Amino acid sequence: MKVTVDQDRCVASGQCVTAAMAVFDQRDEDGVVVLLDPNPSAELAEDVRNAAALCPVMAIMVEE
Amino acid sequence: MLVVGASVGGLTTAESLRRRGFTGRLTLLDAEPRQPYDRPPLSKQVLAGVWPPERVPLRQPETLSALDAEFLLGDPAAGLDVAERTVHTVGGRVLTADVVVVATGLRPRTLPGQAGLAGVHVLRTLDDAMALRADLLRCARLVVVGDGVLGAEIAASARGMGVEVTMVGPQPAPLTSRFGPLVAGVLAELHTERGVDLRPGAAVTGLTERHGRVTGVCLEGGEVLPADVVVVALGGEPVTDWLAHSGLDVDDGLICDSRCRAAEGIYAVGDVARWHHEALGVAVRWENRTNAVEQAVAVAGDILGDDQPYTPVSYFWTDQFDARIHVHGETSPTAEVSIVEGDVAERRFVAAHRRDGGVIGVVGWNMPKQARLRRRELVGASVLVGGKS
Ligand SMILES: Cc1cc2nc3c(=O)[nH]c(=O)nc-3n(C[C@H](O)[C@H](O)[C@H](O)COP(=O)(O)OP(=O)(O)OC[C@H]3O[C@@H](n4cnc5c(N)ncnc54)[C@H](O)[C@@H]3O)c2cc1C
Ligand code: SF4
Repeated sequence: MKVTVDQDRCVASGQCVTAAMAVFDQRDEDGVVVLLDPNPSAELAEDVRNAAALCPVMAIMVEE
Repeated sequence: MLVVGASVGGLTTAESLRRRGFTGRLTLLDAEPRQPYDRPPLSKQVLAGVWPPERVPLRQPETLSALDAEFLLGDPAAGLDVAERTVHTVGGRVLTADVVVVATGLRPRTLPGQAGLAGVHVLRTLDDAMALRADLLRCARLVVVGDGVLGAEIAASARGMGVEVTMVGPQPAPLTSRFGPLVAGVLAELHTERGVDLRPGAAVTGLTERHGRVTGVCLEGGEVLPADVVVVALGGEPVTDWLAHSGLDVDDGLICDSRCRAAEGIYAVGDVARWHHEALGVAVRWENRTNAVEQAVAVAGDILGDDQPYTPVSYFWTDQFDARIHVHGETSPTAEVSIVEGDVAERRFVAAHRRDGGVIGVVGWNMPKQARLRRRELVGASVLVGGKS
């Protein structure tokens, strides 16, 4: 699985971090998403799909 | 499965059903002829002209076709037979399904005398946003009627376009009912600094017009605020008129149990749904983007047999001028409010709302990460959805 994020769209909701902490974080200064792991392992796949679904601005793209 | 209302709540329900392995027939019905699009940018980037309207669709066309669902667009539902789970449409369709999901959202409230008057707008749809933007580009003076989230966002976007803006509403400061007096006071300061003329504590009694075009907004006491354009942002009513003869319980939303179920095989999602929140112990209806998605995911799970109560922590964000404000939990105008991080003078802070000593809500002002991290301090947070923090 390959993950990309669009930091320009991100509204800093942190939904993705709540869904998949090992893959996403937020910048301290403005809360914008930081991608920790662009190639998450299979165990994390469902959490990452969930994060992409929960993101309120569709800023997370997942390629299976 | 039949989903009525193909916006964010309805579409996410359909996608979650597929993600969870549902392979049967899936139909989405919507009153609007457009492909599903997103609403939050309408009062922000679209109104301000930063985004073209082409940026608001919720999904790419190929993602929608991969869903393998039938989209029936431009045909409003007109009635529901609960026992048969059959929906009748204005266009004469008769659609029967094992499960019907109601996701018809809200319709904006209007002022008496507003209908048919040029220059008076509401903002819910993409067409509303385009019409308002076109009018703002040729106008000098806007009056925003309403001091909630939507009114305040429209005021900020219109100021950015160089329009003179007056915002009227009943509260002492915009969003007092959500933010409490302290944070709402900071918001009022921000709007005033940026040139919005605030008229707090004002009751609007009507509109003035000339040759069918609005010329002003009348306040109690007799004052008339001159206006070329007026936006009425007084909140909305859940779209349940099409359920009037269904026998379902409708009272400011479609009444549901803790599983968001209105009757056997009938569920509700998003702005239209009033469900019993087991962790809060009350029936609630939430109007925000994140709830529509989370509730859709939960309802898809329940349709497929999860049988779990839906007990989320409320969350919404709003962008106004340079302020990015994030609100978690049940903030209240009567809560005790204290600044727990940052500094109000620097316009970077987190405010905690407390009742009986326990934190019930958190407002972050340009501190999104810090505000989110405090979700775990919310009373009862551990019983809320998956113990998420
Ligand atoms: C301008 C604007 C800005 C916003 N900004 C924010 C924000 O910053 N943050 C935030 O959290 N939330 C925001 N929101 C709220 C958020 O957009 C809503 O909570 C969300 O759209 C709710 O989704 P929904 O699917 O329940 O309803 P809706 O998006 O209202 O969709 C309902 C759908 O049902 C269709 N429909 C209605 N009647 C019928 C019928 N009889 N038959 C068939 N279809 C029908 C409609 O055409 C529509 O497509 C904003 C809303 C607006 C309008
Ligand atoms: S969920 Fe989306 S908007 Fe929220 S922080 Fe993550 S990427 Fe940004």
